[in-house]
Amino acid sequence: MTAPPRAGQLGLIGCPVCSLVSRAPSFEHAGCPRCGSPLRRRKPASLSRTWALLIAAFIVYIPANILPIMRTASLGDVDDNTILSGVLELWDKDSQALAIIVFSASIVVPMLKFLALLVLLTCVHRRSHWAQLQRAKLYRMIELIGHWSMLDVFVVALLTALVRFNLLSSVEPLPGVIFFGLTVVLTMFASLSFDPRLTWDDEEPHA
Amino acid sequence: MPEKDAPNGGIDDLPQPIVRRRRLNASWIWLVPALAAVVGASLVVRSALEAGPQITISFQSGEGLEAGKTPVKYKSVVIGTVHSLGLSQDRNSVLVKVNLHKSAESFATANTRFWVVRPRIGLGGVSGVDTLFSGAFIGADVGDATEPRRDFVGLENPPSVTHGTPGKSFELHSGDLGSIDVGSPIYYRRIQVGHVTSYQLNPDGKSVSLHVFIDAPSDRFVTQATRFWNASGVDVSLGANGLKLNTESLATVIAGGIGFQDAPGPQDDTPAPADMNFVLFGDEATAMRPPDGEPSYIRMRFDQSVRGLDIDAPVEFLGIDIGHVVSVNLDYDEKTERFPIIVGAVIYPRRLGRAQTKLAAIAAKHGDVADIAQTVGVLVAHGLRAQARNGNLLTGQLYVSLDFVPGAPKVAFNPASKPLEIPTARGSLSQLQERLDSIVGKLQKVPFDKIGNHLDESLTQLSSTLHHLNTDLLPQLKGSLQGINKTLGSADKALSGDSPLQQNLGLTLEELQRMARSLRVFSDYLAAHPEALIRGRRPDAAPKRESPPGATRASPASPPPGSGP
Repeated sequence: MTAPPRAGQLGLIGCPVCSLVSRAPSFEHAGCPRCGSPLRRRKPASLSRTWALLIAAFIVYIPANILPIMRTASLGDVDDNTILSGVLELWDKDSQALAIIVFSASIVVPMLKFLALLVLLTCVHRRSHWAQLQRAKLYRMIELIGHWSMLDVFVVALLTALVRFNLLSSVEPLPGVIFFGLTVVLTMFASLSFDPRLTWDDEEPHA
Repeated sequence: MPEKDAPNGGIDDLPQPIVRRRRLNASWIWLVPALAAVVGASLVVRSALEAGPQITISFQSGEGLEAGKTPVKYKSVVIGTVHSLGLSQDRNSVLVKVNLHKSAESFATANTRFWVVRPRIGLGGVSGVDTLFSGAFIGADVGDATEPRRDFVGLENPPSVTHGTPGKSFELHSGDLGSIDVGSPIYYRRIQVGHVTSYQLNPDGKSVSLHVFIDAPSDRFVTQATRFWNASGVDVSLGANGLKLNTESLATVIAGGIGFQDAPGPQDDTPAPADMNFVLFGDEATAMRPPDGEPSYIRMRFDQSVRGLDIDAPVEFLGIDIGHVVSVNLDYDEKTERFPIIVGAVIYPRRLGRAQTKLAAIAAKHGDVADIAQTVGVLVAHGLRAQARNGNLLTGQLYVSLDFVPGAPKVAFNPASKPLEIPTARGSLSQLQERLDSIVGKLQKVPFDKIGNHLDESLTQLSSTLHHLNTDLLPQLKGSLQGINKTLGSADKALSGDSPLQQNLGLTLEELQRMARSLRVFSDYLAAHPEALIRGRRPDAAPKRESPPGATRASPASPPPGSGP
């Protein structure tokens, strides 16, 4: 059984915004005749963009984990915490549930994202037919959970604003949190720039 | 297949896309990872550049130190952080690895000192309170040396003087430490100007050396003539003015302290150079005393008990303290079969002051050597004798008194003997004792028994006499007294103002008065009319002038004085 024809094979292109189907343009930088949004068969340079953003995210993920993200000072006892040391501290202080939440939001989710995007990208490069449906689900999943990684950043921002008792206790953000925020933002951009339709392309060369 | 044709046929009907403005090339996106890489690399480079040397400090205890957290501070500025803690090979000390900052590279040099700052509460005060909350930190003090070093031995106590503190340090020597400790204050005119930085036993084990630090600008008051004394505790003295309590400050009573001041009198007051050696005197009075000079040793031989004569008992010459006893030993004299007591003492001739200089001058004039032996010889010839005298009747403490004893028997004196032997005389108390003995002997001869018996008899007699007096004589006496009382009562009554006797007496006296008046009138009449004695009284001549009727009538009414007698 042959696969149904694709829009490209029929010389058609659909607008991603208003869904108007028009003829495939013979020139670059075409726009939808109805709403004016760009018409592209696939996201331009999707793979290279995703790669670039993913690599950048991975680079900034290293200092995000090494540098302390938060300084808590209570009664003169100054404590700098990295993400991992914070998780360990929570675990030691019998807040295992909280530790698991922070651990999954700050470490598991970004790592999952990296892995998932890596899998998707390598599969596209190899034009693999392997588990295409699962790969599509994986993509939707990382779109969904990507935002949750910002949890840590929000916690630091909240605590910094709320815990201001001068001498008694105070919380200060440290450079690590900026790198962590950058990691999350970059992975979100990376997953945005990835075109899931590429998963289904098999013979045509991509842009 | 119309359904299929319809879309095919409609392709041409579909709208043609419009041309959009050309956008940026997609390859700019590689700038993002490049930027991230640059930032990451800069972080690595910066941390590599910032990393200073790693040093190892060994402490007795790692109490309060935390890996990755405990800071190392110099003048309250963080210069590094504890990287890790571990035990030494022999498990006797804690090895603390410290990552110094790049800027603190100079601290990894030979004579840098490290210590753990913890809250300390001592007699001298409280320090490091801030570490109660913030946790301990490692304090550092850098020295002058430049040769690099990586391994340090941490101090267990903070150094009391940090490098570069203006001031001078001096060395004091003392027989013992007293209650002085590291950090004990040093007072100049009761103002704290420094403190004790360290002390150690001298290698011979016989004395103690203390290092003190006097802060600038007070260090210039330490001069060549300065005397240091131990100002610990309370100095209580009982003098003619009453009880006197003297102390440098309340803190020294508890924590000990040292005072210093220039010796009295004209002195060399050039400031002392740093690290100069001084003697630490036991108290202020000793420190302020003029120097004793060369000591001389004397020996005395006492034949009576010297109970109460202790080592260090004073030796006084005419009441002036010139030395002290250093030994009291028993001896045996074969010839007399007695046990003389040999007392050794040290005296300081310079304590005699002007007398000594004059004696020396006189001796020099005579061509003699100004020798203590010579002088003492002369004095002994004049009756100088040593006596063990009672200094305190309450405790029986004795002191040695060198005094001129009048009529002392002549004694041979050997000025060449060493030490000088000074002849002794019996002490005043032992003489007193002897006299008391003889008095007691005489008292014992008195026949107290007989006297007692006689006295008893006499008393019995006296008792019976008194009894007689009580029973017989007293009641009679009582009766007599009552009679006298009655008599006196009646006399009193008779003499009182309203008694009949008194009234009668008044009347009688009035009567007498009247009689006297009549007599006077009669005598006057007789003087005028002597014939009346014979003829009797003539009737009155009629008045020439008219007189009021009352007057004429009154004249016969007047008493005829002459008619009576």
